[in-house]
Amino acid sequence: MLETIVQGVLLGGLYTLFALGQSLMFGVMRLTNTAQGDFIILGAFAVIAGTTLFGDAPLLISLAVLPIAFGFGYALQRYVLNGTLGKDPLPSLVVTFGLSIVIQNLLLEVFSADPRSIETGGLNTQGLRIGESLSLGVLPLIVLAIALLATGALQWLFANTALGRSFRAVSDDREIAELMGLDAKKVYALATAIAFVLIAVAGALQGMRTTVSPSDGPLLLLFAFEAVIIGGMGSFWGTLAGAMILGITQQIGFRFDPGWGIWVGHLVFLLVLVLRPQGLFPKTR
Amino acid sequence: MTALLATQGLKAFYGDAQALFGVDFSLSQGEVVAVIGANGAGKSTLLKCLTGLVRAPREAVRFKGEAIGSLPPGEIVRRGLAMVPEGRRLFPSLSVEENLQMGGLTARKGPWNMQRVYELFPILAEKRHNPGTALSGGQQQMVALGRALMSNPEVLLCDELSLGLAPIVIHEIYAAMPTLVREGMTVVIVEQDVTMAQRVSKRIYCLQEGRVSLQGRSDALTREQISQAYFGL
Repeated sequence: MLETIVQGVLLGGLYTLFALGQSLMFGVMRLTNTAQGDFIILGAFAVIAGTTLFGDAPLLISLAVLPIAFGFGYALQRYVLNGTLGKDPLPSLVVTFGLSIVIQNLLLEVFSADPRSIETGGLNTQGLRIGESLSLGVLPLIVLAIALLATGALQWLFANTALGRSFRAVSDDREIAELMGLDAKKVYALATAIAFVLIAVAGALQGMRTTVSPSDGPLLLLFAFEAVIIGGMGSFWGTLAGAMILGITQQIGFRFDPGWGIWVGHLVFLLVLVLRPQGLFPKTR
Repeated sequence: MTALLATQGLKAFYGDAQALFGVDFSLSQGEVVAVIGANGAGKSTLLKCLTGLVRAPREAVRFKGEAIGSLPPGEIVRRGLAMVPEGRRLFPSLSVEENLQMGGLTARKGPWNMQRVYELFPILAEKRHNPGTALSGGQQQMVALGRALMSNPEVLLCDELSLGLAPIVIHEIYAAMPTLVREGMTVVIVEQDVTMAQRVSKRIYCLQEGRVSLQGRSDALTREQISQAYFGL
């Protein structure tokens, strides 16, 4: 049982990275990015393309992708998504759904439907043996550490910096924030830029951990969405907790039957949605 | 005397609905001017036009002779106008101090800073780390006023400072006005409390259905004149 929970926590670390960008964008702009999963896959393929073009240095190339993701996220929000924001959530849902289809087809066209992965020189198969019966993968441990670091960093950014204060202010009351001299559109663009750095990190790690193919995005979106809903919209520690709960319940499901894991995760998500639609830890920041 | 802030034939719309029908309004340096009127008369819309929250034709609003009607709110704050919005509208997820910091985001040079605000309203210093919206209504109004002062405005626009507050708290808030005026600040107050408006202002504008129905010196206007202009009776 201990091993199941530990493996669940490790899986939860990955789901945290899938979900943090979503949580950030929703928390600041009330924008649900339905292309979240596809952007994660795009991030993985960007690293794969980088390693093909510039040689086998996945870590360096992953780091190089981060500023590109920042710029891409900034431009996407500034010139596309800002135009969809308003009281009606439908335009942003439709536009991000459209982006999802475009990305999937673009990746299919360029990379074909074959699953690919980022070569890590065996890092993804290395394990740490703890005691007699417990063995933990090194890469999942790195993923968990990065997830905890990213959650803590986001929380710190929001609570202790002028930028975080601006994020909270435009989220609370955009009109009054603009009256204070904030340019809400630029603040939104910065939020999405940071979300896309997290998305790129998630993509690179997903590509290192397993194979990725252009059609994987929707399933990753589902996990991200479930983690955010279980944890509570707009709360980073809540997102982390939601991702952990999802990871652990999926692992428990897998333990009973390999076909049950994902299904049990969905079941817990539905239960939370019915019994506590605001999530378990809503808006704690 | 050249007006510090003026509107000429100001018209404002919310979608297809017209809220102001050619309002002429002017304000001189160091004045306290009250804008009174019933609900829906266009008082708040006038303030929103002055601060850029409602777009106005560029030439219809002038500040120090410069046309500012179509500028975004941030640009108008930088030029020296700040507003205390109706209903206070503090940022709920920000503490008292963070709310004040937001006001100082585009601060001009001047005497107002966090310390001065705390001297004006000492209770806020005690509650600086509390969430702004956890304070009493009067204290929230102090935060809203302090937040506007943090930008060191030349013109302070106050929308319904007394809304929802007990009379003793209203007096406490308005007790800050002489300090502001002494320091050369020009103040516009939108009020439904006519007695208070007359007491603190030098001149009064009365709006009715988006038009100026009466204007004059506060001490020269009679209750009958004001009632007629206010209610259209």
